[in-house]
Amino acid sequence: MPGFAKKLAGAAAILVALIAVNAMMSRTGLFGFGLGAYETEVLMLVGINVTLAVSLNLINGFTGQFSIGHAGFMAIGAYSSAYFTVYHGQDLESVLGGGTLGHVVVFSIAILVGAVVAGLMGLLVGVPSLRLRGDYLAIVTLGFAEIIRIVILNLDVVGGATGFSVPGSVNFLWVGVLAVITIVVVRNIVKSDTGRALISIREDELAAEAMGVNTTRYKVLSFVIGSAFAGVAGVLFGHFKRFLATPDFTFIKSFEVIIMIVLGGMGSITGAVLGAIVITILPELLRQLPSVGGFNFADLRLVIYAALLIVIMLTRPQGVLGEREIGFHWLRRAQKAPEGDRQVGDDKGVPIAQRAGDTEEVEKR
Amino acid sequence: MSGAPEPSDVRATKEDGVIAEAARTARSGETAADGDAVLRTDKATIKFGGLVAVNALDMAVRRGEIYGLIGPNGAGKTTVFNLLTGVYKPTSGEIYFQGHRVDGLRPYEISRRGVSRTFQNIRLFAGMTVLENVMTACHRHARQNLLDAVLRTPRFAKDEREHRDFCIELLEIFNLARFKDEGGTSLAYGNQRRLEIVRALATQPQLLLLDEPAAGMNPSEQDDLLNLIHKIRDRFGLTILLVEHNMKVVMGVCERIQVVDYGKSIALGLPHEIRNDPKVIEAYLGD
Repeated sequence: MPGFAKKLAGAAAILVALIAVNAMMSRTGLFGFGLGAYETEVLMLVGINVTLAVSLNLINGFTGQFSIGHAGFMAIGAYSSAYFTVYHGQDLESVLGGGTLGHVVVFSIAILVGAVVAGLMGLLVGVPSLRLRGDYLAIVTLGFAEIIRIVILNLDVVGGATGFSVPGSVNFLWVGVLAVITIVVVRNIVKSDTGRALISIREDELAAEAMGVNTTRYKVLSFVIGSAFAGVAGVLFGHFKRFLATPDFTFIKSFEVIIMIVLGGMGSITGAVLGAIVITILPELLRQLPSVGGFNFADLRLVIYAALLIVIMLTRPQGVLGEREIGFHWLRRAQKAPEGDRQVGDDKGVPIAQRAGDTEEVEKR
Repeated sequence: MSGAPEPSDVRATKEDGVIAEAARTARSGETAADGDAVLRTDKATIKFGGLVAVNALDMAVRRGEIYGLIGPNGAGKTTVFNLLTGVYKPTSGEIYFQGHRVDGLRPYEISRRGVSRTFQNIRLFAGMTVLENVMTACHRHARQNLLDAVLRTPRFAKDEREHRDFCIELLEIFNLARFKDEGGTSLAYGNQRRLEIVRALATQPQLLLLDEPAAGMNPSEQDDLLNLIHKIRDRFGLTILLVEHNMKVVMGVCERIQVVDYGKSIALGLPHEIRNDPKVIEAYLGD
């Protein structure tokens, strides 16, 4: 099966690339090429933000339900998995004999815990709030995310206001693999019967219902899946930072993710990835602006960052990619288009039911 | 140019394909309980505040017929459609489809029972291609689940391929297959109307509701539409209920016609009876 072999080769290539980047982050580096602690942190955040943006895009971009509570579900994932690691993780790891295997098993369970708890919370929040549309849904999700944050702030078992120290470490391999899994899962969902149901809800809810789509069910489904992956991002974030504090999960974080997908293009997976990369790296790049004539432009980085966002949105309000995807389609299409397979443009505007052979008749009349 | 949109070659080769199969299933779906009425309303009434939009409407659409629902502007025709498809719930009265009560069901449930519709103002899915628009309507028959899709199982591939073939076949019958990869809303107006009909047919309904299919069409397009409606009925073994404003279309295609005015049924009969009914003339021309 060549298709399967191709997929396997692709997966292997991605894995090798991730391992290489991961090795570059280690103390010894890869063949002498190494990344500093600062670059490592930025790259880790890029990976986590890709997971967040792609999962939110399933809800906002493909299903068209404007949620601004993504940070809340990220918090749920971060705190629930941290609770597991702190109170059960070390025991389990020592039972498994410590070492790499123990660590991998424990962290895998932590990821599952984060995803499942965040998904369940998504169900709990989604069922009542997805009855609302547009602005109302946005405000309700924002409210729920804040409620989640305030509740966590008052839970002493996860540190309350003093914050929560999390043991364990995450390397780039985990972040990268989970980001890729998120992308693949969302892409496979979008290009399926479920995906068509979701997009039909975005385009026209009434028509979607008339075509037999249970709109409520599919809205909740996309909300739960999106929340679960936000939970995964939270798990990675918590175990990477090793310290959780609720100010990391305010609505500002939710808006950051929204900016990523709006900038990259709502309804485009590659757009969301691009948005996540740009929004994570851009502020860091602006720190390195030079100082000219005694005036340090880096001091103005937040102003420049905001101005850049405004310029991008004014020039491309549909996002950099809109609903398109970047990939290798253009290569394939260029090869496939045969001579004489003319574009159908000249057929536009023909009256209903008219075929190519009818044109003469029309002219005679 | 008055001829039917006859894709004769397609018809000959496709007769034993998936479409014919679907038509046979549609024809055999009869239940003895409700006689020959596939759709029946019993004093269906809906009030919006103080306004009675549809008032104790009785309707009985027989299996296999083309039934017209007409009336002057604001008579409540589209409201009747919305009642039948579950968009509105009747304030009182009952609606039966194939002997089963369907009032109070949600639109997707009614659609899944075999009632499909088009819309007065075209409602295609803008972000999708022509083919995807039609494939969305196969949702009711999808055998893949979410896990199949995520893991790309053989069942997913088979299900997708079957739906794709079925939809392309349908598009070919309506001469739209060549547009399959274009955006649905980028088609010419007449083609968009036909695409909406194809999408409705892809749910493999037993009853097709057409809401003002001739709206915005020129006379030659209307002629084609008449032929198309007859063809759809014969080919797919459907019952068709249409709401229409355009008298030429109604008289040309409908076998029985019911006239509503101010939400009340004022006449029911064959086209020539309706044409000469004084009450209908009064409703249309006023006093």
